[in-house]
Amino acid sequence: MDAVTILCPTGHLGFTPFEKASFLAGCDHGPDFIVADSGSCDIGPYPLGADSQASPPAWQRHDLEAMLLAARRLGVPMIVGSASDTGTDRGVEQFAAMIRDIAAEHGLAPFRLATIKSEQTREFLLGQLAAGTPIKGLDGRADADEVLLARTDRIVAVMDAAPIAAALRDGAEVVIAGRASDCALFAAPLLNAGLSPATAYYAGKLMECASFCCEPFMGKESILGQIAEDDIRITALHPGQRCTPASLAGHAMYERRNPFYEHVVSGTLDMRHCRYEAVDERTARASGAAFIPAPQPMVKLEGAGKVGERRLAVVGIRDPYVIENIDAAIAWARARLSERFGAPDQAGWAVHYHLFGRNGVMGELEAAPPAHPHELGIVVETVCRDAGKAEEVCALAARNLFYARLPEVKGTAGAAALMADEILVGKPGYEWTLNHVIPVRDACDLFRTEFHLVDGRARRAA
Amino acid sequence: MLRNRTTLRDLASTIRSKNAGVDHITFDIIFKDPAAFEKVRDSGVLSPKTVAALYGIPLDRITDFVVFEPANAVKFTIRRRRPSGSPGESDVFGSQQYAPLFGIEVA
Repeated sequence: MDAVTILCPTGHLGFTPFEKASFLAGCDHGPDFIVADSGSCDIGPYPLGADSQASPPAWQRHDLEAMLLAARRLGVPMIVGSASDTGTDRGVEQFAAMIRDIAAEHGLAPFRLATIKSEQTREFLLGQLAAGTPIKGLDGRADADEVLLARTDRIVAVMDAAPIAAALRDGAEVVIAGRASDCALFAAPLLNAGLSPATAYYAGKLMECASFCCEPFMGKESILGQIAEDDIRITALHPGQRCTPASLAGHAMYERRNPFYEHVVSGTLDMRHCRYEAVDERTARASGAAFIPAPQPMVKLEGAGKVGERRLAVVGIRDPYVIENIDAAIAWARARLSERFGAPDQAGWAVHYHLFGRNGVMGELEAAPPAHPHELGIVVETVCRDAGKAEEVCALAARNLFYARLPEVKGTAGAAALMADEILVGKPGYEWTLNHVIPVRDACDLFRTEFHLVDGRARRAA
Repeated sequence: MLRNRTTLRDLASTIRSKNAGVDHITFDIIFKDPAAFEKVRDSGVLSPKTVAALYGIPLDRITDFVVFEPANAVKFTIRRRRPSGSPGESDVFGSQQYAPLFGIEVA
């Protein structure tokens, strides 16, 4: 059997616009599939919790348009997963609407679009709990209970290749999927081509971040994968990049706790015995993955919930005496806040002083903060259920540094500089509430596929 | 007396940190060549114990520690105190937590 070829232009569609030159060079190789992931947990809990996108629509459209035009010109399927950063139903519908608009704008001949939704309701999960189905915590988290679900505003389930492979078998020419394991987008067509889950998921794992698996470091450049059973060849398409055994192996450990295992719904990819070799100047080959099917399919759930409204203020300190005694100044400020608003836990407010110049970047992980920084930039972050109160708490938390009472302060006109006497409105604070798994009977169980005929010519004529 | 001190910064081509899911930050130290990798691996300066001490955290927050020969790399992962992006957190991608590794001396 000939190798299956996959072109991947970006590791996060829309996050910044991808580079077209290497993508078009990849199209010249006549790939069998064009595949890109569009989501990530890295952007924090806000986009999922508030169900908003992290990428500008113009950049998402740029990437989708380049992929769709190439895929329709070449007559090959295009697969996009974790639509619009979060993979919520909003993201799937938004990308499907963009696909229709692009098709109409370019008068594209009819094609079959599949959308696969993965959002879950709190009520459904409460029902599962009530029926005795455990929602198990990952990474040391406790299992979910009603209280945790009550704190969760939005939930997506993470699909593996099964629903995508099924949509392709049913004739989908464009797949817009909700939240999906990045590697599953690539694995789906490879499984349909008869390759083993080990090869299919491993190829996806290697390709999911596009040019990040090449050297030197460049984002948003395309790569080409040629995949045969236990023989995965990855080629850099930017003329200044190479895919080498070291760059490919180095990427295998990127963004993961452990370089040896990748978990998907239907099993675990075992990369302990993988081998990496050079093929030519721009191409490396990987082999040796194994796949351990799960005795019980488990679907990962991601959920985020709102903590409160956020307000921010920026304060600077230059007085060396105040800098030396900043902990005492903050303690004094906190005491005054508690006097006025009540104890933070009971009264439902929180203030975080981020001390840039001391440990603002690393926080508690900063083992050696400088004793005498030249100046301190302090970001005062306040979270409170009520927006008006958040504003008030933030103003007092910042101004209390200005009025900080320290016994030997000489600058009696103000112990801090206010960058502006201004409270900045932040996005509401959210937290990741669910990082859990739920057992299912079938890997497709929680996912909803619909087919749509998109006829760009009809819409343009209309 | 001054002496030349070789540090991880001299020997590694990549030293990085990044989220591994929402509850962990993972650190990759990738060496320029097998000789540098083997020198550091065999020196004992990188271990769960040494990195826990460097970051001032208890040993049980180091959830993974792997010597990854195909990439000439050492990799370890720590559990975050709070999930990434929670209010009060300072590094939503976990991408600037590697700096203390630079100064580790390799005998």
